[in-house]
Amino acid sequence: MIGQISMLEPAHLSIFDVVSIRRVFPILHQEMNGKPLAFLDSAASSQKPRCVIESLEDYYRRYNANVHRGIYKLSEEATFAYERARGKVARFINAASPREVVFVRNATEAINLVAYSWGDANIRAGDRILLTVMEHHSNIVPWQMLAQRTGAKLDYIQIDGEGRLVLEDLDRLLTEQTKMVAVVHQSNTLGTINPIRMIAERAHAVGAVMLADIAQSAPHMPIDVQALGVDFAAFSGHKMCGPTGVGALWGRRALLDAMPPFMGGGSMIKVVELDQSSYAETPNCFEAGTPAIGEAIALGEAVDFLCQTGMEQIHQYEQYLIGQALERLSEVKGLTIYGPLSVADRGAALSFTLDGVHPHDIAEVLNVEGVAVRAGHHCTQPLHRLLNVPATTRASFYLYNLPEEIDRLVHGLEKAQRIFA
Amino acid sequence: MDDLYREYILEHYKHPHNNGRIENPTVSHEEYNPLCGDRIVMDLLIVDEAIQDIRFMGEGCAISQASASILTDEVKGIPVEEAKAFSKEQLLDLIGIPLERNPVRLKCALLSLKTLKVALYGANNIQDNDLD
Repeated sequence: MIGQISMLEPAHLSIFDVVSIRRVFPILHQEMNGKPLAFLDSAASSQKPRCVIESLEDYYRRYNANVHRGIYKLSEEATFAYERARGKVARFINAASPREVVFVRNATEAINLVAYSWGDANIRAGDRILLTVMEHHSNIVPWQMLAQRTGAKLDYIQIDGEGRLVLEDLDRLLTEQTKMVAVVHQSNTLGTINPIRMIAERAHAVGAVMLADIAQSAPHMPIDVQALGVDFAAFSGHKMCGPTGVGALWGRRALLDAMPPFMGGGSMIKVVELDQSSYAETPNCFEAGTPAIGEAIALGEAVDFLCQTGMEQIHQYEQYLIGQALERLSEVKGLTIYGPLSVADRGAALSFTLDGVHPHDIAEVLNVEGVAVRAGHHCTQPLHRLLNVPATTRASFYLYNLPEEIDRLVHGLEKAQRIFA
Repeated sequence: MDDLYREYILEHYKHPHNNGRIENPTVSHEEYNPLCGDRIVMDLLIVDEAIQDIRFMGEGCAISQASASILTDEVKGIPVEEAKAFSKEQLLDLIGIPLERNPVRLKCALLSLKTLKVALYGANNIQDNDLD
């Protein structure tokens, strides 16, 4: 059945031409250990289409210059391209204005920016910060550090047996003391897609500010930060076909405007005197130093590529893939899937364990079969502790993955079982 | 990989030697590899400056657990000074699989040696880069 996608798929998938999409990803056309590369680790970092790679090269070859400075053509061109990329990213997430988009290194830096800048200005001893047990370390540690600086306390929303948030707990956990609610949109380990809009409404009802970690959702589905109803959103470029070293923080203008700077230095200032300075306006006041110019421009190119392909189409295709993967993997004896077992509210990251074979050994066997997966705790140690497993193996899918690659994954798992039988 | 999972590695993994705890160990130490969740706890009974008995418990991949099985076989009964001098090259020779270009799996393979060395030297007297 798998592999004959055109025969069994609904109409909207027949127009999703994965073979053509794969053609523009040069890295996919190689062998790994003598087998065609099946890259099933896009949740860690996605591959890049040719247009993104060429955009980087074009910048460095043709108009490399610092932004917001030089009165010469190259710098003007670089500045124009950098700011145009900001506009593309803003439209991609439906921000009200490009000025609400701060270029940072990645989602981790975006969350740290909020925790330091907004956090230090707004969090006091006794305040509470509400997270979930499925958060990536990047959405836990910055808040722990803020809590340690301020004397605030952390609360966690728990998960049920299928890896969904226990939202009944919100009544108890959301109080007048709750000042920040920070929740992942799509879990990088469980694949769960959380009801961000509903949680944001509940957060706002008690006067809390809401941050969504959209690092795993923005690459895979249409995102509208205004419709999500959140106040901040953080994501990384490299997980959405863009280069490493660039990501974005989106924040509501009123909140960003009221926040003190995060890092001090060049670009973020208006007037610098020996004993004090005044600062540039949002978003420049949060972009100290020379930014990742070429990378931001190439992220704009990645956004164009994703939009041309169609975020809804990408999402639908991945839903198909994850449905197939859930079906095939549930047939493997001794395999336990962590996270929702149905496609509903589930993204294309799937973590599992296999009886008798350590995740590391699974990944090693798959590596020899040309299948790249992640093994470990995927930067969610508290979640793994809760699941009572030291590590899991994770297969994650993106727009360029083939249904046949799920077959190869399953065959690799069966081989691992034979070796360790 | 077929190199990595040679029969004797799998044999050590499935039926580890010196597996278990020692009731009243002279020294005991646990090491953890946060990257992959491998864990090894080692108990040593030291009599007359020699390792009279050594046992380990752990969880982790085949390489990490087979390595602990092989290492404990090797140092059981030898003088403490000799065990202290036991090098990572010696252990890798015994494991006998090509790990030089695989830094992640190298960490798995050397976790047992790190556990032993910290047990023998104490945590403060060990140079991490000797083992990492």
